[in-house]
Amino acid sequence: MDLRPRSHPTYLAFVVHRVSGLLLALFLPLHFWALGSAISGEARLDGFLRWTENPLAKAAETVLVVLLAAHLAGGLRVMALEFLGWRRRQKDMVALSAGVALLVGLVFLLNVV
Amino acid sequence: MAEPASLKVSVWRGGADGALQHYEVPARTNQTVLDVVTHIQRELDPSLAYRFACRVGMCGSCAMTVNGRARWTCRTHVKRVVGADGELELRPLANLPVIRDLAADLTPFFDKWQRARGTFQPKDAPDGAVPADFAVVPPASKARREADAGIECIGCAVCYASCDVVAWNADYLGPAAMNRAWTLVNDVRDGARGERLDAVAGDAGCHSCHSTQSCTERCPKNLDPSSAIAGLKRTLFWDTLLGRR
Amino acid sequence: MDRPRQSAPGVHLWVVQRVTAMLLGLFVVVHLVTIVTAVRGGLSAREILDRTQGNEASLLFYVVFALAAGLHGAIGLRNIAAETIGLRGRGADIAWLVVGLLTAGFGIRAAIGLYA
Repeated sequence: MDLRPRSHPTYLAFVVHRVSGLLLALFLPLHFWALGSAISGEARLDGFLRWTENPLAKAAETVLVVLLAAHLAGGLRVMALEFLGWRRRQKDMVALSAGVALLVGLVFLLNVV
Repeated sequence: MAEPASLKVSVWRGGADGALQHYEVPARTNQTVLDVVTHIQRELDPSLAYRFACRVGMCGSCAMTVNGRARWTCRTHVKRVVGADGELELRPLANLPVIRDLAADLTPFFDKWQRARGTFQPKDAPDGAVPADFAVVPPASKARREADAGIECIGCAVCYASCDVVAWNADYLGPAAMNRAWTLVNDVRDGARGERLDAVAGDAGCHSCHSTQSCTERCPKNLDPSSAIAGLKRTLFWDTLLGRR
Repeated sequence: MDRPRQSAPGVHLWVVQRVTAMLLGLFVVVHLVTIVTAVRGGLSAREILDRTQGNEASLLFYVVFALAAGLHGAIGLRNIAAETIGLRGRGADIAWLVVGLLTAGFGIRAAIGLYA
């Protein structure tokens, strides 16, 4: 893959959107299935939640939160272009969505530890 | 930056299974990439195939891949794109069949303009006759400004060669054809709006665009095909939802 | 004007993708705010169930959320599969729709678990 023609901010935004979307779509059935199974009783759910207390699970959760926020913010950029025709500030919107994603990740981390 | 005395130019030779060949070309001030190609063909290797006509950025025939990016070569100054040691890598446009050397076959590109219904169809005279009276189109109206924004396309295929969706889906119409369609959708004199919107809908049309905006980034005329495609999506969305189609 | 309407493949899926995206734009904000506030001081089953048990509003929210997310994700995967491995066609579209609805089904099952 030649990166020279693919180095502009909106291309990077596309890559982030696609990779985050792919990972989230693969995670979604797992999330639903795990939650649906754990929910069968308060004790089981508590057991599951205690398992997620380990640092590796917390790190994975942080990544997921950042991915979700990035996909949300990047999606809003695409919709602003498609439905509102906001063409002029696309690169600012890319920077803004990256900032939003990292900020949400940071807030999550600050609240979880 | 000190400019090197000569350029190390690698040029694609042959068809799809060709290879790069190396030439040394004297560096000059205010030299364009097309000047370099012309120097090679006239002074070093007359068998080199390439295409150009106007040399002033109007005809859209001289586009090539210059150091990895699609560009119009007649208006691209070497000093803006050359590597630190004077390297210049020239290949034919991507996403199109190679005829030979730097000449790409633009047939698929122009076929898609046809498929996207890129020809004006007068509302008043569907049979192609000249309308009896002039149409009054206020230049400041919203639709006319949308059409004007995309009207200066020279058909150089730089956007088409820069678009990854074209590479992933051979049927995809590409930015230029849909930019053209969008200008006509906004032309109040045109009578083929419905058919044209049908032609640009779906996986082979505007709905496959992922807004990477490579087309808008690379367009030498500073047009914004990405926004034109977004406009087609928007129009199709509301027309479908409100039962106007 | 009467013209035969035959939509090109992908048009309706795109509309579903964008309508679910609009819903998700709202839902995900709510979800993220819930996450970052709920994790303060650790998660417990009691805390979660207190929010959701017998709460019709939260049930409705999660059911629609799961349906939108399931469909949105499956259509995204469909586009990725088409563009990277060339998996295209009506059969594939129906298969992806089933994947989306199945995923949503898992989510709705979890939402009902939280409510009951």
